[in-house]
Formats: sequence, structure tokens, C-alpha cells
Amino acid sequence: MAVESFSYDNRIVRNFAIATAVWGAVGMLVGLLAALQLFLPELNFGIGHTTFSRIRPVHTNGVIFAFVGNGIFMGVYYSLQRLCKARMYSDTLSAINFWGWQLIILAAVLTLTSGYTTGKEYAELEWPIDIAIAIVWIVFGWNMIGTIMRRRERHMYVAIWFYIATFVTVTVLHVVNSIELPVTFLKSYPVYAGVQDALVQWWYGHNAVAFFLTTPYLGLMYYFLPKAANRPVFSYRLSIVHFWSLIFIYIWAGPHHLLYSSLPDWAQSLGMVFSLMLIAPSWGGMLNGLLTLRGAWDKVRDDPVLKFMVVAVTAYGMATFEGPMLSIKSVNAISHFTDWTIAHVHVGALGWNGFLTFGILYWLIPKLYRTQLFSRKLAEYHFWIGFLGILLYAVPLYFAGITQSLMWKQFTADGVLQYGNFLETVLQIVPMYVTRAVGGGLYLIGVLLMAYNLRMTVKQGSLLQNEEAQAPALVDLTHEEEGHPYRHRWLERKPVQFTILSLIAILIGGIIEFVPTFLVKSNIPTIASVRPYTPLELEGRDIYVAEGCYNCHSQMVRPFRSETERYGEYSKAGEYVYDHPFQWGSKRTGPDLHRVGGKYPDAWHYNHMIDPTSTSYGSLMPPFPWLATDMIDVRVIPSKIRVMQQLGVPYPEGYDADAIDDLNRQAETIAEGIVTALRSQDPDITVDRHAKIVALIAYLQRLGTDIKAQSAAQAGM
Amino acid sequence: MDVMYVLIGFSLVVALGFLAAFFWAVRSGQFDDVFTPAIRMLFEHQRTKKKEHRES
Repeated sequence: MAVESFSYDNRIVRNFAIATAVWGAVGMLVGLLAALQLFLPELNFGIGHTTFSRIRPVHTNGVIFAFVGNGIFMGVYYSLQRLCKARMYSDTLSAINFWGWQLIILAAVLTLTSGYTTGKEYAELEWPIDIAIAIVWIVFGWNMIGTIMRRRERHMYVAIWFYIATFVTVTVLHVVNSIELPVTFLKSYPVYAGVQDALVQWWYGHNAVAFFLTTPYLGLMYYFLPKAANRPVFSYRLSIVHFWSLIFIYIWAGPHHLLYSSLPDWAQSLGMVFSLMLIAPSWGGMLNGLLTLRGAWDKVRDDPVLKFMVVAVTAYGMATFEGPMLSIKSVNAISHFTDWTIAHVHVGALGWNGFLTFGILYWLIPKLYRTQLFSRKLAEYHFWIGFLGILLYAVPLYFAGITQSLMWKQFTADGVLQYGNFLETVLQIVPMYVTRAVGGGLYLIGVLLMAYNLRMTVKQGSLLQNEEAQAPALVDLTHEEEGHPYRHRWLERKPVQFTILSLIAILIGGIIEFVPTFLVKSNIPTIASVRPYTPLELEGRDIYVAEGCYNCHSQMVRPFRSETERYGEYSKAGEYVYDHPFQWGSKRTGPDLHRVGGKYPDAWHYNHMIDPTSTSYGSLMPPFPWLATDMIDVRVIPSKIRVMQQLGVPYPEGYDADAIDDLNRQAETIAEGIVTALRSQDPDITVDRHAKIVALIAYLQRLGTDIKAQSAAQAGM
Repeated sequence: MDVMYVLIGFSLVVALGFLAAFFWAVRSGQFDDVFTPAIRMLFEHQRTKKKEHRES
């Protein structure tokens, strides 16, 4: 058998490792700022770019796609080469993957802070960036599959299966959820509306957790944990079984994010059932990881790398126990919209993703640089500080979530809400917010210690850019073993890649053609009195999305007495048919807004936006003063109307020509009304009819009022 | 709720793709040996080392 010589590409791994550490620190710093803003509204600094509602998506995207994303590439590029005994398929593709991804992250930071967002959680990036993500991601997959095709090892280790599943599924998720019709270069409307959009979004959102934060990291666990412990995985058979069961079940669990919402009940139950089943494969992975260390626990005592990995796998177990538990409808009735959700994701993010990444970095960097870790003691400090940080983060938020939920639901003996003022329930949990920020701060300090430690490690070593290796070439099975079928012959190299890539291309094209036409027909309103937004309200809705109001306010009154009492009639699916995108939200830092229309006068909203504390004493909401000075761009209105018509919103034919006049009329009325109402307090007040705040108020006053027209009509009969 | 058909359709396509991959993997002997691979990945094949003989 001919032995072939080749080399592993370590440089690309090193690049991704640096990116992981840098973006990790950046993403967590932004997270810390957001955590502080929750109890110190002054830290919003009164400008849009640093306001919580724009910062939060920067934090989530930064940690998921910049920190974990680069971590995935780092781990895959290192382990795949060694498992396949082959260099990465193409150095050019590797470079495109690396620089493309960093540019996407940069574009994300710039656009999100400037208020360009699609308003769909973890898919906030606008359409040009979405296309870039798809391209770079497919480049990564191409590079990976090419490497697998050229492997010199017949058997694909289980980690590779996890990587393949990650690539395939994320491609499908990202493409399906990001179908949107552009209005301008940085503004688009998703083709789905209301309940449909919610379902697609959480089908995507939950599977982003599944196939971006879980499967690739399980693959990394199956490579780096045995490597670090220097002993084989506990049960290879279990790893295979839990892989296939995990990916089969995960796909269906999305609706558990929409329990007690307007999503049809059967879909909710389906999501709950699959979520409950998920505990089996998830815990299969956790047990397999922990039991790999059987008989090696003495190593864990001495080795910070293993310490990090043990806590990571344990946190994975905690989070995947909690996930199914929170998917039980009655539990979800308590946890939904509260900080419990935030605590849950952070056990996963800080514990599982964060600690596994740190463990890998501490193991990998000395290896790449042919040296020892600069300071084991510092790594130990990092471990304990980070560990304490996770505890101080998660535990207070569990208390906060349950406390707030119980306060929302509490009635007095007379049958009225005990805490009718929403703000009271927020101020109650401020101490927990403070503790959480301390925990997050500790965690960040740990990461900075790591950065210093790795920097010094790099200094004392030298990078082995191309690691020489040798392996026998892969011989065709038909020669090697008798009795094996001829099936392998079609697995020649190039055709397969092109088949897969063309399949993806066809899928994308097909989806873009098919989905809009298919869905537009289904936008038939089921509630006759629900009408499309006026041009001004539509513009106001876009401002609501752009400013990120959905990060703190839900638009979904659940069918509980405590909610109908507090907000009004529970939300119906038919009310959302013109909502591109849906804005149901996931978290109530402020009250639900679905029935806010008509609840307060325009002037109240005006004051509230400029200075929230003027209307709600002690409010933690950031001020939005620029809404009064920034102007809307009326020239875009006609094209917005046309795009909406394309999406099946029944504006009259040729309405785009009249839209601006209608907008001006409505804006004039609102602006004059505000001036009249506030003149007594402020004689110099002027409100421009094209100020963003006018459009936003128009939208808020419209929210949830359409069905009231219907009930009024019925009452009049 | 027409989007249900789309999502179920795509989920099924993905799931069936995984199923096909699973059948292919089993029939091509990927999972015949569930012992060696776990051990094999622990070895670093570097040039400096003497070539190790394969244990059968």
C-alpha cells in the first residue's frame, strides 16, 4: 500500500481560534452593557446606537454567530483534517470562509446598531447580509465535503457525522427563514406574515439552537474530550445512536416557543411531544461525555482543560433537562416571557458553548504553537471565576423569572390583579438583575484572563503552519474486500460535491419561486374587520421593528384570566395576517402591547418615548429622544405599499400613488393633537408631522383595535 | 397555516435525507466496527514516529 505524504493546515485553525477569543470577548462585553442597562437606563446614553433594544441583537448575534460560529470553524478545521487524514480540500475556500465570516460579523455590528433589522430573533440581519451568509456557509460546506471525499480513512468518525448534519440543516433553515422581498438596499419584508411567520421563525430559531449551538459542539466534544482525557469515548455505539435520534427529533420541536400563543393547538402539542422526547438523545450525549472520564477523574483534578469540559458537558445536561421541562405547557405558562428563558439559554451558552470553547482553546493553542500553556494557574483561576459567574448569572434569574410570573398572575381575594401596575413587577427583580450583571462581569473577566494567558502562550511558542503527516491512500473497497457490493463506485469525488451543491442551488431557487406564491393566497383574513395598516401605521410599524421594541415588549395576549384582565381580549390568529414580520416577542421587560391601541392619549405616548420616567415613575425603559428629531423618508412609502401588495396585502389597485397624501393627512392630525395637548406644559413645543415618533404613535394606537370594531358592530345590532 | 406544509415538507426532506445517509452508512459498513474508531482517533500519526502496525 502506497503511503502518501501531506500536511495539515494549522494556520486557518489558528486564525479561527484568535477570532473566537476576540469576538467572544466583544460579544460578552456587549452583553454586560445590556445587562447593566436593564437597571441603569442612563447607560443607554440617549443615542440609538447604544440603546438596549439595538444592543441586545448585537449581543445575541455576536455570541452565537461570531463567538460560537468561529469556534465551530476552529474545531471543525482542526479535527476534520486529522480524522480524514487529509488537508482541507482547498486553502482558497478556507480563506474565503474565514474572511467572509469576519466581514459578515462586521456588517452585522454596523447594521444592527444603526437600526437595520428584519425583526426576527437571531435572524435580524438584512437581506444582503443574509445572502452573504448563505454563500460563505456553502463555501464552508463545500470545503468540508471536499475534504471528506478525499479522506484517507474509510471510516467516518462520529464527529464528522455531527458536522455534516450541522452544515445541511443550517443551510435549509437559514434559506427558508430568510426569504424576504427587498424594498431598499437595507430594508425588506419577510414573505411570511403573522402566525405563519412566527412558526417559520421558531422552526428556524429552535433549530439554530439545535444545529448551530448543539450538533457542531457535540461533534467537537466527541473529538476534543477524548483527546484531552487521552481515552476513548465511553460508548461509540451510543454516540452513533444518539446522533441519529437527536437530529431526527430536534427538527420538530420549534413550536414549543409558541405555547399558548395563537398558533393552532395541535401544532403546539406536536412541538411539546417532540421536545419531551428530546431528553433521551440529549442525555445520551451528556452521559457519553461524562462517562468518557470514567477512571480518569484524577486527571480532572489537575487539568484545567478537563475541568472546563466536564462543566460544559454537565451544563449541557442541565440545559437539555430544562428544555423539555419548559416545553411542558403548564410549566411554560409560568416561564414564558420571563427571565427564566434568559437563565435557560445562558446555562447553555455560558456553560456548554463557552466552557467547551475555552477547554478546546487551552488544549489547542499550545499544540499549534508547540509549547506548554503559559500559566496553568491562571487557567484554573479562569475556570473558578467563570464557574462562579455562571452561577451568579443563572440562579438569580430563575428567582427573577418565577417571581415576576407569579406577580403577573396574582389576584386579590376580590378578584382584581394584585399587581395591576406592570412596573411594580419589574422593580421587584432589580436586585436579581444586579446580581446577574455581576455574574456576567465575572465571566467576562475570566475570558480576559484567558486572552492574556493564550497571548503569552503564543509568544513563547512558534506556529507550525503546515503539519507534516503520512497515511496510506484510500483503496477502493471493491479491491480491498471481496463480497462488498459495487455501490462505492458512484462515490467518485467531484460529481458528488456538484450534486450536493446543485441540489442546494435548486432548493434555494425553488423556495424563492414557490413559497411566496403559495403563501400569499393564504393571507385571507379570517376576521372581517381586520384591515391593512395605513401608510403611516406601516411606517410606524417599521420603526417599531427597527428600534427593536420586540426585545422588551410582546404582542401576544395569552388566553389566561390574568392576562385578559391586565391587557384585554386575548390575541387571535386572524389579527396578525398583515404583520410582516410578526412581532410577538419572547420577553416582557415591559408590558404586552397587543391591546395598547386607544389605551393612552397620543401625548402620553409622546412623553413616554422622549422620557419614560415622566409618565411611569421609576421606569427602566430607555429614552428614545431621537424619534422626535429623526424624520421618516416618505419617498419609500410607495414602494413599501407595492411590496406589501406583492405579499398579498389587499391595498386597492394603484394605491401607491395616493399613499403619501394619506400619510400626510393622518400625520398632520396626530402632530397637531400632540401640540395642542402639550402646549400648556411647554409653550414652545413643535412636532414635525414627519417625525418618526408620529408614525410610531399612529402604529401603537392602531394595535389590537381592529377586533374592537367588530365587537362594537355586533353590539350595535 | 399553509406554511405548515412548507415546514413539514422541508423537515421531511431533511429527515429523509438523514435517513438515506443512515442507510447508506450502515450498508457501506460505516458502523460495522464500533470499537476501533474510538481508539484510532487518539493516535497522532506524525512523521517523527515509527510507523505503527495496524492491529487487526
